[in-house]
Amino acid sequence: MKILVTAKRVPDPESTIKVNSSGDGIEEAGIKWVVNPFDEIAIEEALRVKEAQGDAEVVVVSIGPSEAQEQLRTGLAMGADRAILVTGENLDTSAVAKILVKIVEKESPDIVITGKQAIDDDSNEVGQMTAQLLGWPQATFISELKIADDKSSAECTREVDGGMETISVPLPALITADLRLNEPRYASLPGIMKARKKPLEQIEAASLGVDTTPKIVIKSMAPPPAREAGRIVESVDELVTALQSEAKVL
Amino acid sequence: MSGYLFEREEHKELRRQAQRFAAAEIAPHAHEWEEACEFPRALYPRMAEAGLLGVGYSEEYGGAGGDISHALVAAEEMVLAGKSVGTVVGLGSHGIAIPPIIRLGSEDQKARFVRPVLEGRLISALAITEPGGGSDVARLRTKAERDGDHYVVNGSKTFITSGCRADFVTTAVRTGGERHGGISMLVIERGTPGFTVSRKLEKTGWWASDTAELSFQDCRVPVGNLIGDEGSGFLTIMMNFVTERLSLASQCVAIGELAYRESVAYSTQREAFGRTLGGFQVLRHKLADMATRIAAARALTGECVIRFLDGEESPSMAAMAKNTATDMCSWVCDQAVQIHGGYGYMREYVVERLYRDARLYPIGGGTREIMNEIISKVEGY
Ligand SMILES: Cc1cc2nc3c(=O)[nH]c(=O)nc-3n(C[C@H](O)[C@H](O)[C@H](O)COP(=O)(O)OP(=O)(O)OC[C@H]3O[C@@H](n4cnc5c(N)ncnc54)[C@H](O)[C@@H]3O)c2cc1C
Repeated sequence: MKILVTAKRVPDPESTIKVNSSGDGIEEAGIKWVVNPFDEIAIEEALRVKEAQGDAEVVVVSIGPSEAQEQLRTGLAMGADRAILVTGENLDTSAVAKILVKIVEKESPDIVITGKQAIDDDSNEVGQMTAQLLGWPQATFISELKIADDKSSAECTREVDGGMETISVPLPALITADLRLNEPRYASLPGIMKARKKPLEQIEAASLGVDTTPKIVIKSMAPPPAREAGRIVESVDELVTALQSEAKVL
Repeated sequence: MSGYLFEREEHKELRRQAQRFAAAEIAPHAHEWEEACEFPRALYPRMAEAGLLGVGYSEEYGGAGGDISHALVAAEEMVLAGKSVGTVVGLGSHGIAIPPIIRLGSEDQKARFVRPVLEGRLISALAITEPGGGSDVARLRTKAERDGDHYVVNGSKTFITSGCRADFVTTAVRTGGERHGGISMLVIERGTPGFTVSRKLEKTGWWASDTAELSFQDCRVPVGNLIGDEGSGFLTIMMNFVTERLSLASQCVAIGELAYRESVAYSTQREAFGRTLGGFQVLRHKLADMATRIAAARALTGECVIRFLDGEESPSMAAMAKNTATDMCSWVCDQAVQIHGGYGYMREYVVERLYRDARLYPIGGGTREIMNEIISKVEGY
């Protein structure tokens, strides 16, 4: 069995994000970069499938700048077997999906697991687009995954409004990981050391023969309005009045 | 600011893991645990599970591999992301308690004491200091007299990090005559009749880490708990000091770095006289001085680590690194409080805590004066 899993390079959610001087992106200086937390969950799930199946291979893929090697090394340190980095600039979700399709065609995995979204632009599109382009079944936002004994299908539990939905998808299929799917492991030092020797293949996006012209152009970016300072009221009456006349929520 | 010169790719990855662990497991509770003067015991196995407790120790004994360089960066990141120095030093008391067992202990002792500690199942402490004196190690008075298959231990120890909860204490005792040659190391287990924690001490800083006074009254310890040969204790203690001092120096670097980061963040937010604090050149220069002293302490500490890994165990350089780092840390934390103004004096601010934590370093692990004694001896004046 082969599992292909994604690892996008995103700013650490703990970092303070500032809009850059040209107003069309974020200031990258001083930012720490991490594996997209939903991808970390995806990697963990891939490793659990591998551990349960025994003879499985986990291939971790990142599409982005060459620095994304760091995120791939994290995936390898957690336990993935090898990594593929597709380098390219200014790639929007559709370009990333088209590139991912090429990698899937080349690798023919049984399962592709992506995070349900990346925490930088929160698009929530790559998984769905990739499945669509491949013509594969997809199970999105899953919180539980069970591979059938004969490995021909996977039972996926999805969190939907007010309950759980369980669906079965024939393999190969694409799955996107939700927050509660698992708690990702920490990469151990021995794992980190081993990761240095694991293969990491680099491919240029341009060499894959896909049109990566962006469909989305960011025109401007602005920080959310600063939150106004709170106010301490003297009495409940004053609070009620303020909620009625100023906040207009009562 | 970016790490030590010795850091390679794996150190950076280890930092990311330690950062993730501390941000999730320590930071949310830092204030609460510091105020309560205790962190949950369950944190030891959590840290072991995350592969962080055993960093710097051989996989053969249940460690996570790597060397002191890995242990130091993991601890630094735990301080930076966890923001509770007390918790990190409490979790790290095995850093001084188990190396003597690893160096000179029998396989049986390693299996009984080292592995369970690195797996987070047992808490360990090192006890050298006595109420009667800490600097003059050679004159320690806790006696261990041989009686058949046991040593009968009488005496007391104080200022023992993690001593209140320790499952065993690597204890320096006098088995022989006066001075250096009469000192041995004995593992004394909790529950041994005659061994009691006489007091949990209240301190200036390091609140989340417990510090104990221990008492031994006709405490019978099996001879099988002697580490190495009788009389080898003093050398063991001295060997331990080099790594302990590098570790303390790097804690100072971490604390200085955290105080500095908190100060930079605060000075971009706080306004006075119509501009942010960072708008005043005096303040920017203060931050620049802080950054400079941190960089210098980091450089010297890093150099010592490199030399140590090359087989050069220089007590005098470790002493220099410790003094440089403690001076830096005390000064930087003081400046950080100053930058925070009244808030810097308030318990709810991290820098207030760091200021108190910093005061330990010129005392613990050998005082500033004792470091200078070591340097003087080596320099030959
Ligand atoms: C929070 C904390 C945690 C600690 N944890 C541990 C632990 O886990 N295990 C452990 O064994 N110990 C521990 N210690 C003890 C610590 O190592 C000692 O406090 C330290 O070695 C100093 O010993 P002392 O307190 O007896 O001071 P003393 O030795 O009495 O020194 C008092 C003063 O005299 C100075 N002085 C002494 N001799 C000389 C000299 N020859 N020349 C010039 N000046 C001199 C000292 O520098 C100091 O300023 C801890 C201490 C603290 C505060």
